[in-house]
Amino acid sequence: MKTYMRPMAGWWRRNPFYLWYTLREWSAFFLTAYALVLLFGLVQLVQGEAQYAAWRASLATPGALLFHAAALLLVLYHAWTWFKVMHKTLPFVRVAGRRVPDRAIFAAGVLSSALLSLLLLLWVLA
Amino acid sequence: MNGKITKTIAIECLRYDPQTDAAPRYQTYEVPFTDEMSVLEGLQYIKDHLDGSLTFRWSCRMAICGSCGGMLNGVPKLSCESFLRDYYPEGVRIEPLNHFPIQRDLAIDQSDFLLKLRSVKAYLIPEAPKPVGEGTFLQTPQQLDDYYQYSKCINCLLCYAACPQYGLDRDFTGPGALALLHRYNADSRDAGKAERMELVNADEGVWGCTLVSYCSEVCPKGVDPARAVNQNKVESTKDYFLRFVAPRRSK
Amino acid sequence: MKRSNRPIFWSLFGAGGMVSALVGPMLIFITGIAVPLGLLVPRETMSYERMLALAQNGFGKLFILGVIGLFLFHGLHRIYHCLHEVGLPLGHGWMAAFHGLAAAGTLAAAYLLIVIG
Repeated sequence: MKTYMRPMAGWWRRNPFYLWYTLREWSAFFLTAYALVLLFGLVQLVQGEAQYAAWRASLATPGALLFHAAALLLVLYHAWTWFKVMHKTLPFVRVAGRRVPDRAIFAAGVLSSALLSLLLLLWVLA
Repeated sequence: MNGKITKTIAIECLRYDPQTDAAPRYQTYEVPFTDEMSVLEGLQYIKDHLDGSLTFRWSCRMAICGSCGGMLNGVPKLSCESFLRDYYPEGVRIEPLNHFPIQRDLAIDQSDFLLKLRSVKAYLIPEAPKPVGEGTFLQTPQQLDDYYQYSKCINCLLCYAACPQYGLDRDFTGPGALALLHRYNADSRDAGKAERMELVNADEGVWGCTLVSYCSEVCPKGVDPARAVNQNKVESTKDYFLRFVAPRRSK
Repeated sequence: MKRSNRPIFWSLFGAGGMVSALVGPMLIFITGIAVPLGLLVPRETMSYERMLALAQNGFGKLFILGVIGLFLFHGLHRIYHCLHEVGLPLGHGWMAAFHGLAAAGTLAAAYLLIVIG
């Protein structure tokens, strides 16, 4: 029997839900780039003081600052959505026989992130 | 009619006749409606009064049979529990469920789902056959709670229309079938988890999912298939690593 | 049906996702915005001497390797999906290739952390 199959091209643009999903997934490009920035910094650190200073100088350029600002926003979005869906990978969590609501798991994740981030900042400032 | 002046709404339907059309086209109908009318009733009005050739599936009119699913302004919905008043005055575009071949107009070919459903062994596989004389299985409320939401699936396929991974790769078993697989794995009366693992562990099993979770968003019954699938990513991972430590019994 | 090797990749993806969700934003803020601008965090925080000391410290090595490695595994795993989702015909086998790239980056970082002393 003859049927018609609609093409998938551009699917991610056709629904706001898919747009947000795509943004979440594409944050990975920025996270990967950031990891490579750090890796390159490590390379320059091994090369010596002058090369390392050059790497540090490049971090202060407008382009680098813009990249890191964008990366910060996108990785924050990644973190938010990560904790939002975290409950789906966990079995039902029960305390005293009652199910812990999904929003509690989300809150626990966000709070852990905030706490660890604060500890990191304090350790760096010390 | 009760003499009340009714408004009209534009319902734009995808039309496709396999015998005459190379590709789908759209046709708009002006449908008089009242506040209580569902989108399904709008379609029925079209078929009864405006264009008898419009083809669509429906049955119960109360969101339990799973027949009337379609794309309403690009969102997978059951037309019997969607209301024309919510699309007024802009109107509503109705298309068949995404990611399935269109048979005719708003009717899709769901045979791929039926194949997937068969593959997940969606039935109780008890430890040992239990004759009626032995009595019933006993379950605590908590044991029921472990699988109950997954048992509410009405096979309406809205989740398949929502899932872009299924749309991109139709070998993927998909949200609905995997939710039903989990419904049985999570049932305390069932002992068939090992038998179902081969499917779970495959690329076409749970590993086709990237947690878009639009499936759970559109499910009219609160099944939460995204959760069912992703629970089994953990199970599959445990199975993958523990097979070296504690091989599961073969059934 | 063939058993998928996805569990290995997913575990790495998950670990990287969790670490980047917990400390990713703050790390980006510190190294990419605060220190270069001298904002809130003094510039000397990332001086050659201090970073050398960090890289030569056992825990420091683990931290640096963990961050670079896990971020790469998570990021490249997701990038594979991104490319597949916009229509590039990359079958399931390509996941291993992307993880291979992440592994290369991780090994490079490990080598550098050994060489630095």
